[in-house]
Amino acid sequence: MQTKKSNYTSISEMLGKLVKQQIFIPVAALLLLAIFNLIADPGFYKISYGVNSAGSPVLSGYLMTILDYGSELAILAVGMTLVTASSGGQDISVGAAIAIAGSVMLKFICGMNTPVIIAFLAACVVSMFFGAFNGVLVAHFKIQPMVATLILYTAGRSIAAWINNNELPIVSDPKFAYLGGFIPGIPIPTPFFIAAAVVIISLLVLRFTNLGLYTQAVGINESSSRLNGLNPAFIKFITFVILGLCVAVVGLIKVSRLSTINYSVIAKDIEMDAILAVALGGNALGGGKFNLAASIIGAYVIQFLTTTLYKFNVQSDALPAYKAVVVIFLVVISAPVVRDYISSIGKKISHKEVA
Amino acid sequence: MKDKVVLEMKNIHKSFPGVRALQGVDFTLCEGEIHALMGENGAGKSTLIKVLTGVYGKDEGQIFIKGKEEAVSIKSPEEAQKAGISTVYQEITLCPNLTVAENMYIGRGSSVYQNWKKMNGAATKILQSLDIQADATQELASCSLAVQQMVAIARAVDMDCKVLILDEPTSSLDEQEVEKLFKLMRDLKARGVGIIFVTHFLDQVYEVCDKITVLRDGKLVGEYEIADLPRVKLVSKMLGKELHETTGEKKEHLTYEKKSGVVPVIETENLHSNTGIKPFDFNIYPGEVNGFTGLLGSGRSECVRAIFGADSVLGGTVKKNGKVVKISKPMDAMKNGIGYLPEDRKVDGIIGDLSVRENIIIALQVLRGFFRPFTKAEANKFADEYIKLLGIKTASANTPIKSLSGGNQQKCILARWLLTHPDYLILDEPTRGIDIGTKTEIQKLVLKLASEGMGITFISSEIDEMLGTCSRLIVMRDLNVVGELSGEELSQSMIMNTIAGGEK
Repeated sequence: MQTKKSNYTSISEMLGKLVKQQIFIPVAALLLLAIFNLIADPGFYKISYGVNSAGSPVLSGYLMTILDYGSELAILAVGMTLVTASSGGQDISVGAAIAIAGSVMLKFICGMNTPVIIAFLAACVVSMFFGAFNGVLVAHFKIQPMVATLILYTAGRSIAAWINNNELPIVSDPKFAYLGGFIPGIPIPTPFFIAAAVVIISLLVLRFTNLGLYTQAVGINESSSRLNGLNPAFIKFITFVILGLCVAVVGLIKVSRLSTINYSVIAKDIEMDAILAVALGGNALGGGKFNLAASIIGAYVIQFLTTTLYKFNVQSDALPAYKAVVVIFLVVISAPVVRDYISSIGKKISHKEVA
Repeated sequence: MKDKVVLEMKNIHKSFPGVRALQGVDFTLCEGEIHALMGENGAGKSTLIKVLTGVYGKDEGQIFIKGKEEAVSIKSPEEAQKAGISTVYQEITLCPNLTVAENMYIGRGSSVYQNWKKMNGAATKILQSLDIQADATQELASCSLAVQQMVAIARAVDMDCKVLILDEPTSSLDEQEVEKLFKLMRDLKARGVGIIFVTHFLDQVYEVCDKITVLRDGKLVGEYEIADLPRVKLVSKMLGKELHETTGEKKEHLTYEKKSGVVPVIETENLHSNTGIKPFDFNIYPGEVNGFTGLLGSGRSECVRAIFGADSVLGGTVKKNGKVVKISKPMDAMKNGIGYLPEDRKVDGIIGDLSVRENIIIALQVLRGFFRPFTKAEANKFADEYIKLLGIKTASANTPIKSLSGGNQQKCILARWLLTHPDYLILDEPTRGIDIGTKTEIQKLVLKLASEGMGITFISSEIDEMLGTCSRLIVMRDLNVVGELSGEELSQSMIMNTIAGGEK
C-alpha cells in the first residue's frame, strides 16, 4: 500500500510538473482535438496522393490543409508573440496590413513587371514601414496597442485598394503560384516550408541576439529595464517592425494562392487567429515571458480546430461562433482566478489522500 | 475641550501578512486645528489614513466622530465621506476634462436630473467664499495644479466635511502656490474644519500646524503642541533617537584619507533634474564611501538619480575622473562605469518573472550589446559565482527572482551591478525591508569594495547605518543640499541638527 501510494504521488507530481509547463496547454489542446477526430471519424486522417491541375504530384487531405493554412498563422504568431511580450498588447491591423503587402506585390509584378523577388522585397519594406507606424504610436506616443493598430485596421484595406487603383491585377506567371501551392515534384505544400524557414530564422535570431531577453524584460518591468540601460520604446518599436516583416511573408503566400487579391476579404480576421495562437500557446497577453514554440504549436491548433469545424459542415459564417466557445473556454481556464481555484481543489484532494 | 474633538481614533491595530503596520495608535483631532501627521517610511501614516478613510479595514480599535455616541465603522471611502471625512491626495483625483463645477458635484446627489445653472451658481459661490481663483465653467485642466488641488478641497468642504485629510498636497506646487494653499487651510481652520496634514517638508509643518503627531514603526511616538517641539526634537522623534542618548555617543567615526593628486571619480556641478531638486555640487573619490542623508522626500534619491541619468537632467555637468561626460540616460552612466541600485526594489529593481540568472546578468549583457548574448554556460558561470559570493539563497539560478525573499532579491540586484565592475556604485536604500543579518553583510561588503578602490554612495534612512559606512555625509532638506559633514562632525546629534536646520 505504502509503495503504491508513493507511486501515485510521484505520478501526480510528475503530472503537476507537466501541467505547469507552458507548452502543455497547446499540446494538450492538440491531443484533445486529435482524439476527438479519431473517435468521430478516423477518415479525418486519410491522406491521398494525387496530381494537381499543373500536373505535379500532391498529397491532399485534412492534415495537409492544416499544414498548409496553419503555416500562415504560424508565421504571424512569431511576430505577434514578440509584440505581445514587449508591449503587453496586440496588433489587430495584421489582416489589413497583409492586404497592403499583397497589393504592393501585385503593383510591382503586374504594374511594373519586376521579378517576384523585387516585388516581395518592396512589400517587406512597405509592411515594415506600417509596422513602424504602429510601433511609433505604441512605443513613442504610448497609445494602447489595440487602439493604435485600430487605425491601420480601419484604413489598411482602403490603402491596399488605392495602391492598385482598385483594380484586381492577375499574375500570369504559373511559377508564382508555387509559393502558395506546390513546387513541382514536392508533394508537401510550399507554405509549410516557408513557415519552417521563418521559424528557424526566428529561433536563430533568439539564439544569437538578445531579442528574447530584452523584449521579456521590457514587457515585465519597463522602469527597471530602463535603469538597466535598455530603451523600452525602441524595443517595442522593433517588435512591431518584425511583425511587419512576418506580414509581408504571409502576404506573399496569400497572393500566390489566388495569383490575385480581393482587398476586402484577403486575410480577413486573421489577426484574431494569430492573437488566439499566442494565447493558446500559454503566453500572457499582458506581456512578459513568452515561449515561441508554444505559440507556433498554438497556430497549428487553431487551424486544426477550423478544419475540424469545416469537416463537420459548419457554415463558414457560423465558424467564428464555434471558435468563440473554444476561446472562452481557454481564456477562462487560463485566468489566474480559475487557476488558483483549481490548484486549491487539487490541494484539498491531496490533503484528503494524506489523511 | 472634549466637545471640541471631531475625531478620535483609539488603539488602532492593523496587520498585513508579515508586517504589523499599526500597533495601538491613538489619534485625536479637534475642531479648527491643523494637525501634522509625521513619520518616516513605514511609520504607518498612510495606513492610518487608509484605515480612517475606509480603504483598509482595521483589525482592532475604535473610531469616534463628533455627533455620534457610538464608535463608527467605516467600510469604504464613500462611507467616510458620508461621515464627514474627506481626503485630497497628492495626485489630483479629479477629471481634468470636466469643468470646475462638474468636478465639484460629480457623483453627488442621486437625481438623474441636473440643473446646470444652479450647479454652476452654487459652485461660483463656494469658490468665491474660499477665494479660489477659478471660474465654475472653466475646464479643470486649464487651471494650475494648485487651483486644481483647491478645487478638490472645495469639493470636500462643500460636502460638509468635518475632517479634511491633505496627503502631501504641496509636493508638486511652487512656493507661491503653497502660500495660497496655506491661506485656504487657515480659512478652513477658522470655519472649524479639522485638518490632518501629511507632508515631508518641515518648514511647512512649522508654518501652518498647531499640533504634531509622530508615528514610528507603526507605533505612536507622541502628540505634541507645535511650540513644545522644536525641529531638532521632531527629527529625533521621527528617526527614533532620543537626543540625550546621542550626546553621550562614542566618538567613533570613519575617515577617508585623500591622497594628493587623486581626482574625484565622479564630480558634479550645478546638477539638477526635472524632479525639483535645487542644483547641487557633489564629488566622490576612489575608495571613498559617502552618503546622502535627510528625511524622506528631502531629495536624496533624486540627487543620485540625476547622476545616473534616471530622471531627465535639466542642467549641470558631470565629470568622470576629471573629464566632462554627458549622461542623459542610464546607459550613458553605465558606460561610464556607474552602477545604481534603486530605492524601490520591486518597481525599479527586479524584473520579477525573469530568473535569478537573467536578473544578475542583465546589466552586463546590455552593456555588452544586442548582438553578443552570453552563452548559457557563461551566464550560469556568472550567476553561480555571485550566488556563492553573496550567499544568495535560491533554489537554483533558474528560479524566478520574485519568489525570493526581499533580502535575497536585493543581493541579486547588488550582484547585477558588481558584475559590471563599476568604478562608482550608488546604493539607494539597499538595506530597506531586509533582515538584520543581510543588512550587516551588505554594510561589510560596501566597506570591502571601497577598500578595493570603488567609490560608493550609500543612502539609508537609518542614521546608524550611515555612520557605520560613510566617511562623509551630504545633508539634504526640502530638496536642497544644506550641509556636508565629515570627521568629528559625524555624530547623530550633529546630523539631526543639520537636517532640522538648527534650533529655530
